[in-house]
Amino acid sequence: MNIRNISLLSSAAMIALLAAFPSQAQDYRAQAVAMMKRDFHAKGMAGMDRLNEDGLQAICNRTNNKPPKGIAEQMEKDEAASLKLPADGKLMGDWKSGEKIAQAGNGMTWSDKPGAPAGGSCYNCHQIGPKETSFGTIGPSLFHFGKTRGFSPENQKYAYTKIYDSKITNLCSSMPRFGHTGTLTEQQIKDLVALLMDPSSPVNQ
Amino acid sequence: MKYTITLGALAALSLAGIAPSAAAQGKPAAEKHHMKPMHAMPAMKAAPDPTTADFEKFREVLEDDNPAELFEQKGKELWTMKRGPKNASLEQCDLGLGPGVVKGAYVKMPRYFADVDQVMDAERRIVYCMETLQGFKAADLAKKPFSSDSSTPDPVSLTTYVAGQSRGMKLAIPQKNPKEREAFEVGREIFHYRAGPYDFSCATCHGEDGKRIRTQVLPNLSSKSGAMAATQGWPGYRMTGGLMHTIQWRMNDCFRQQRFPEPGYVSQTITDLLTYMAVNANGQVYKGPGIKR
Ligand code: HEC
Ligand code: HEC
Repeated sequence: MNIRNISLLSSAAMIALLAAFPSQAQDYRAQAVAMMKRDFHAKGMAGMDRLNEDGLQAICNRTNNKPPKGIAEQMEKDEAASLKLPADGKLMGDWKSGEKIAQAGNGMTWSDKPGAPAGGSCYNCHQIGPKETSFGTIGPSLFHFGKTRGFSPENQKYAYTKIYDSKITNLCSSMPRFGHTGTLTEQQIKDLVALLMDPSSPVNQ
Repeated sequence: MKYTITLGALAALSLAGIAPSAAAQGKPAAEKHHMKPMHAMPAMKAAPDPTTADFEKFREVLEDDNPAELFEQKGKELWTMKRGPKNASLEQCDLGLGPGVVKGAYVKMPRYFADVDQVMDAERRIVYCMETLQGFKAADLAKKPFSSDSSTPDPVSLTTYVAGQSRGMKLAIPQKNPKEREAFEVGREIFHYRAGPYDFSCATCHGEDGKRIRTQVLPNLSSKSGAMAATQGWPGYRMTGGLMHTIQWRMNDCFRQQRFPEPGYVSQTITDLLTYMAVNANGQVYKGPGIKR
């Protein structure tokens, strides 16, 4: 096993966990990673460093996305430690911009222009606004999000946190960590929170 | 991900003329069969299920006059023609059933080839034959490996021809050789490997039944019926853009969406992924080169 790739692991317990998976799967995985490193090349903004796992990915990869509870909780806390909430204390921006960001599927691929603002590709996985019928189903429906949950500051914070780093509340979530990775800016996340949480957003009509 | 196919668009496409008359008119098929109007269609939105239903209906109509057959024909010509620095045809190419045997070879690949001591998928093997028999350089073929508005690469037509020679046969991907089993296992690991800025693996998008991205249905490629989607209809004439593509293109574009760096053309990584998916689909009937949305 390649310990260097999992250097971000934060506790000895996790190292022990990884060592507890010494099976053949480990060899095939090591072989798979070595093969990809040989066969791939950097293109556009997609560098070869993207083939390295960070600590969270390493745990999710090795536990088939079902980490033992204690470890998941510990690592979720580690993720939460890097959450940056807006300094001005305002979690909601403009839902109209939020809708555009939710629609845009660009960002972080080798064919995207480096430096250009990324979209959230939210509709790829979620139903959100009532007008958009072309939505994916990898994630749950977010239609009526604020209306059902309540328009409280805690729920604004939950939405902000989920978009910033989905892994804080669900370690091996399929959803990307848009703030944690710098894919979306603070203002973009605020606009998306407004899309979900503003009482005047079509999501809540 | 951007395009949705609607009844209106489909009607316009049929007006644009998809009947396989291009060959008869003496024009190269690849140039004739661009369905450009697709891009210019007004962005109409349809509910997902009707959209898919429309496409399926249209596919049924097209299947009688499958545009992929034109590329099969072109591939057949390329197969038998003396070409390349060595001025040789591909008729001695060994696709696993002995030199020159094309019939039934496609549904038995990826497979182990003793001469290279490696597992190879169909396109990888064809490129290997172009290299060894005809003297083409693999690096040159890798420069522009996918169909574009201006050209359809020869390996695409050749793979389509070879695939057509297995029409109606059952997938029987061998798993006897240890390297074939290893390719399956390594392919499974690649399939589930999450990394990159979005934490995506193939399984994020293709690991469960009945999921969609926008209106595009995502087959569960780990399941027996779902895995067939990695073979059925490929090589495929893609209605979005009107280009002929092999599974090599599909893998490349999925890795792009996965936010990974770019995999090498006909690399072992792709062979192993294809082995994993094709073995999962073993026993099902391959209907030949097809049509994709
Ligand atoms: C690749 C798929 C994917 C993408 C893209 C995605 N999500 Fe998610 N999302 C999920 C999944 C799966 C869940 C449920 C699991 C979880 O809570 O982590 C989820 C959960 C959520 C939740 C919590 C729902 C609840 O009821 O607790 C919110 C809010 C959310 N997503 C918002 C967004 C927004 C906004 C975007 C775009 C910036 C986005 N998602 C992009 C897959 C995705
Ligand atoms: C972010 C989402 C995403 C990821 C990650 C992804 N794919 Fe895909 N995949 C798609 C979409 C979208 C399609 C197109 C479906 C359509 O055209 O209807 C597709 C199509 C396919 C198809 C063709 C299915 C068919 O019906 O013809 C195969 C095979 C496939 N993907 C395999 C893979 C493999 C292997 C990986 C990992 C290397 C992967 N995908 C990663 C989104 C993804």
